[in-house]
Amino acid sequence: MLFTSYSFFLFLAVLAILYYLIPAKFRWMLLLIASLSFYAFSGPGYLLFILATALTTFYTGLKLDALQRTSSEYIKQKKEELSIEERKAYKERMKKRQRLWLVLCMVINFGILAVLKYSDFTIININTLLDVFKVDGKLPLLGFVLPLGISFYTFQTMGYIIDVYRGKYPCERNFPRLLLFISFFPQLVQGPISRYDDLKETLYSGSGFVTRNISYGLQRMLWGYFKKLVIADRLFVAVSTIIRNPGEYQGVFVLCGMFLYAIELYADFTGGIDIALGVAQIFGIKLKENFQRPYFSKSITEYWRRWHITLGTWFRDYMFYPISVSKPMQNLSRKGRKTLGDTMGKRLPVYIATLVVWFTTGIWHGAAWNFIVWGLLNAVVILISQECIPLYNKFHSRFKVRDAFWYRLFQVVRTFWLMSFLRTFDCYMNVGLTFRMYGTILTKWNLPELFQGGKALFGLSPADYIVFAAGAALMLFVSLRSRAESFRDILARRPLIVRYAVYFALIIAILLFGAYGPGYDSSQFIYSRF
Amino acid sequence: MEQLLEILHGLHPEVDFETNDRLIDDRIIDSFDIVSLVSDISETFDVTIPVEEIIPENFNSAKALYSLIERLIEEE
Repeated sequence: MLFTSYSFFLFLAVLAILYYLIPAKFRWMLLLIASLSFYAFSGPGYLLFILATALTTFYTGLKLDALQRTSSEYIKQKKEELSIEERKAYKERMKKRQRLWLVLCMVINFGILAVLKYSDFTIININTLLDVFKVDGKLPLLGFVLPLGISFYTFQTMGYIIDVYRGKYPCERNFPRLLLFISFFPQLVQGPISRYDDLKETLYSGSGFVTRNISYGLQRMLWGYFKKLVIADRLFVAVSTIIRNPGEYQGVFVLCGMFLYAIELYADFTGGIDIALGVAQIFGIKLKENFQRPYFSKSITEYWRRWHITLGTWFRDYMFYPISVSKPMQNLSRKGRKTLGDTMGKRLPVYIATLVVWFTTGIWHGAAWNFIVWGLLNAVVILISQECIPLYNKFHSRFKVRDAFWYRLFQVVRTFWLMSFLRTFDCYMNVGLTFRMYGTILTKWNLPELFQGGKALFGLSPADYIVFAAGAALMLFVSLRSRAESFRDILARRPLIVRYAVYFALIIAILLFGAYGPGYDSSQFIYSRF
Repeated sequence: MEQLLEILHGLHPEVDFETNDRLIDDRIIDSFDIVSLVSDISETFDVTIPVEEIIPENFNSAKALYSLIERLIEEE
């Protein structure tokens, strides 16, 4: 069931009415039934996968909890009898047992994800190697179809179990409640990746009817639909025309595709997240924000703090830190300091962890080399900019431009350009082709072709560009105004007539200019395929 | 505390670590700095900061970080 389908609107309306009609203590159960039904729409068989993840995680949570209790009770009881060394050894033994359970749970769940998502990619690469070494025979492809949101819910669930292992909070002892946390339908399509301790307060409380939640939720959904249906789906046509015809669209057209895709992806992903957060808010549930005006970032590291925040913080907390501060890395750092010098030695763990994180980020986005190259290039740019910090500092102390508007604008434009450039790998889905297309930007000087109409309209009409320009200008205006406070708060202070004029205009714009309706397949969210 | 302040000043000489208590919230130190800090603290104080202790509350000020180090030494 797509967020953009009529059946989803019907589903949501019925659910919202029922939600507020039944007693508060049953509301989370209704959400669970609704979430599982929503999931079953994508294919009833896929329920097995999400249930398997929920069950293994639930059981592991109970085991971890039991071991933690046993450990702390034993230490408490035997405090006087045990020496410090004995206590330490006992704690270490118990931690090891917990680690075994954690690793088992992670192997099962990441294993399910890996088998479904990466089998064919691995087989294709093995077949290529067999070809290279002239070995006869090829392995057949398995052709698994990915269950809805598996990359998202697997990460969310593993985040939960790692937190329980770390003792951040006690495990959830009620299986249906944990299942709701994992399967809550607004976040299934493309996140955000929630944390259990953030979500549990509002997810299970069965919020009372608050008009503000309904109106703010609906407004946010409306804005999400506008971005998705009016801007992103319109640009989808233009971007597809450019990238599916690489022989025809080269040079300056590659640049056009690059920037149009950046805007399409922003409107598509932030639009989808707006819808998810808006839907959750209707039920009084607060999902984590996933964006913080990312295209206003002044550096690539800042950009990654503000784009897909919940994925970035997941990688930071559950992969970057565990790798970089692990004992082997700290030992490597110590050795590095002796052989490579203090600065370089200290940076070794950071370099290695960054490369591993970005390799995984790349492959999380898709089982293809273009995503891996994209991820690693991000790591390279981040590490180079990290190394250049002393240089930037020298520059900034010599030239007092840091606070100048034009300089900040330059930084923002540079970051936007750089991110769009890297993301071209996502467009062409082929590393060699992407590099060839980059090459044509330098070798094919065809700027005048851009003004000849026809081919340069990329399958859209001039009217489409007027709608796109107006939509993009509105998106920019809302972004600029949301710097200090939420645009919905700003709007809420306006007279009733102004507010309703805005809602009405947005609805009309979506109805007139949006691409929607049954059977409209291309309006699937880009991130839902990851 | 002196030794910790020295380590922190080595990372960002321009910051007043004795008074600042929003090091993480104001993004004065980032994840790369934290890894470097964990490594320096391990060298200087002979204590390992486990990954579950890498939370904003423990790294927002020199005082909070020092309390963490003291607590970890005590626990060890």
